[in-house]
Amino acid sequence: MWDLIGLLVNTTVFAATLRMATPLLFTAVGGLFSERSGVVNIGLEGMMLIGAFTAVAVSYFTGSPWIGVLGALAAGSLMGFLHGVASIKYRANQVVSGTAINIFAGGLTVYLQRLIFKMAGVSEAVPRIVDVELPIISRIPWIGPVIGRQNPMVYLALLTVFAAHIVIFKTVWGLRLRSVGEHPGAADSVGINVYKTRYIAVTLSGALAGVGGAYLSVAHLSRFVEGMTAGRGFIALAAMIFGKWNPIGALGACLFFGYADAMQMRLQEIGIPTQFVQMMPYVLTMIALIGFIGRAVAPKASGQPYVKEG
Amino acid sequence: MAKRFSFLLVVALVFSLLTGAAFAEQVRVGLVLSEGGLGDQSFNDAAFRGLLRARDELGIYFSYVEPFDISEMEDHQRFFADAGMDLVIAIGFTHESAMYSVAPDYPDTKFAIVDTVVDLPNVASLVFEEHEGSFLVGVVAGLMTKSNKIGFVGGMEVPLIRKFQVGFEEGVRYVNPNAEVFVGYVGDFNDPGRGKEMAISQYERGADVVYHAAGGTGLGVIEAAADNGFYAIGVDSDQDHLAPGTVLTSMVKRVDLAVFETIKDVVEGKFAAGVRSFGVVDGGVGTSEFNFTKHIVPESVRQKVEEARQKIISGEIVVTDPTK
Repeated sequence: MWDLIGLLVNTTVFAATLRMATPLLFTAVGGLFSERSGVVNIGLEGMMLIGAFTAVAVSYFTGSPWIGVLGALAAGSLMGFLHGVASIKYRANQVVSGTAINIFAGGLTVYLQRLIFKMAGVSEAVPRIVDVELPIISRIPWIGPVIGRQNPMVYLALLTVFAAHIVIFKTVWGLRLRSVGEHPGAADSVGINVYKTRYIAVTLSGALAGVGGAYLSVAHLSRFVEGMTAGRGFIALAAMIFGKWNPIGALGACLFFGYADAMQMRLQEIGIPTQFVQMMPYVLTMIALIGFIGRAVAPKASGQPYVKEG
Repeated sequence: MAKRFSFLLVVALVFSLLTGAAFAEQVRVGLVLSEGGLGDQSFNDAAFRGLLRARDELGIYFSYVEPFDISEMEDHQRFFADAGMDLVIAIGFTHESAMYSVAPDYPDTKFAIVDTVVDLPNVASLVFEEHEGSFLVGVVAGLMTKSNKIGFVGGMEVPLIRKFQVGFEEGVRYVNPNAEVFVGYVGDFNDPGRGKEMAISQYERGADVVYHAAGGTGLGVIEAAADNGFYAIGVDSDQDHLAPGTVLTSMVKRVDLAVFETIKDVVEGKFAAGVRSFGVVDGGVGTSEFNFTKHIVPESVRQKVEEARQKIISGEIVVTDPTK
């Protein structure tokens, strides 16, 4: 019994939790901006994938993974903006538009991957962002081994969460954003530009999802593999709901998913059947959603296109 | 896109039918690749190499197609059969159900499928003894480990991947009964991020050699090894160059050989339906050439691998096949 606890509660598991939560964090916070403005973004998975690919391609040509991350940010923004055009300007069904982006991203990355790297499935290895050691923190027992030596992108993800919290709840723009998502008609009547706010929010969500994808391809790993996001965009979406459309809540949810994943890998190695272990993160999610979180209430105008009157 | 592609295919085929008529005696082969497509440095590339070799050495005529996803398989197989190909080769188990519906409609056409068994009178099923090849790389792992802890990372826990696992474990135990093998399945063949984490988790428990049978997921295993300074073993194609010095060897599956031999059988009029397996005995599976690791893997270890190979051929060692 103590062996089992030792296996599941130790610094290496928590360090792995942070690594696995990071791509989810960027993307969940991205999704949150979009939904807070009233636009459902189911295309996060595709935006991540495009970000992952762009980061590798840019890193390959420039030799700098950080420029790669900027490239991912730009490519993700573009995808977010396209989703915005479809769902804000043309009032397309937002779920359909998002799904289209996911399918499009799957095809586009495969195509470009073959065009640029002349091989399918896998890109060449590219320069990646390496782990750093924080001077004092890394010496603290327990905390040091967990957060003292991590990838800079991991710290960036944590900063993003708190920055998002401040932007959404402590700034004027955040207030506008929330009002646009709750009651666009009322927001409009007091002079808030609903369309512009939504465009900014959706573009921002694409940018963050792109960076989440870049973490996978040029920080955690150093190459692109077709379909390498493997559903993380949808998990991030779940984390956002789980966290009640709130950055700090999303952080908790992402850490929970990350931990469940790290835990299931370690449980497998002591001989618990893999099928059982692999479904645990999802079972835990369902239990948590039913029992502990209570009703998750979406922004009221989420998913509804806004038609300006008059 | 698929439609336009099919149209091009039609044009290409009509053209080839016209030109092909001049060489009526030429054997005509249609190859349907798997979704991975050309350039995967693995399965599909190997199949294509076999096809090119057949063209050069046997003077066959061929055409090939790269399907985008599983739903297209049936169309492509049917298309080649309609075009009057003598032999239609399909790469990968994702072709299985399509072939069950296509092959019975064309009793005079010969079919071959790689990596799975389709039990029909005009289909040759080309399978590999992956457990035997995995045994050989298990010998390498068992002798190279210093911690006596070794990892195995599988893609999904399906019978095919279990073959790799069981053969590997037996190979390890054959040379090093004290070694422990940690087994982990990621649940996905295209998730290198989780692959890396799985390997790291095994490394943190002491594993210093990790073998993967996990496709794209396995690339994460190789990265984990390169980052943390332990050894990895590659799979399917020769992956030694992906991280020179880190990938000790690879369990190589000679899909090119299977494709070439099958075409050769058709050319020589010896084609036989049924299961044909490629194992250590005919060089269908084995280790890579240790091109990057001769200074790491001592001669004595490579000698042991060769001994094990001979013993598998002679039948002195029988590696367990969990699917039988």
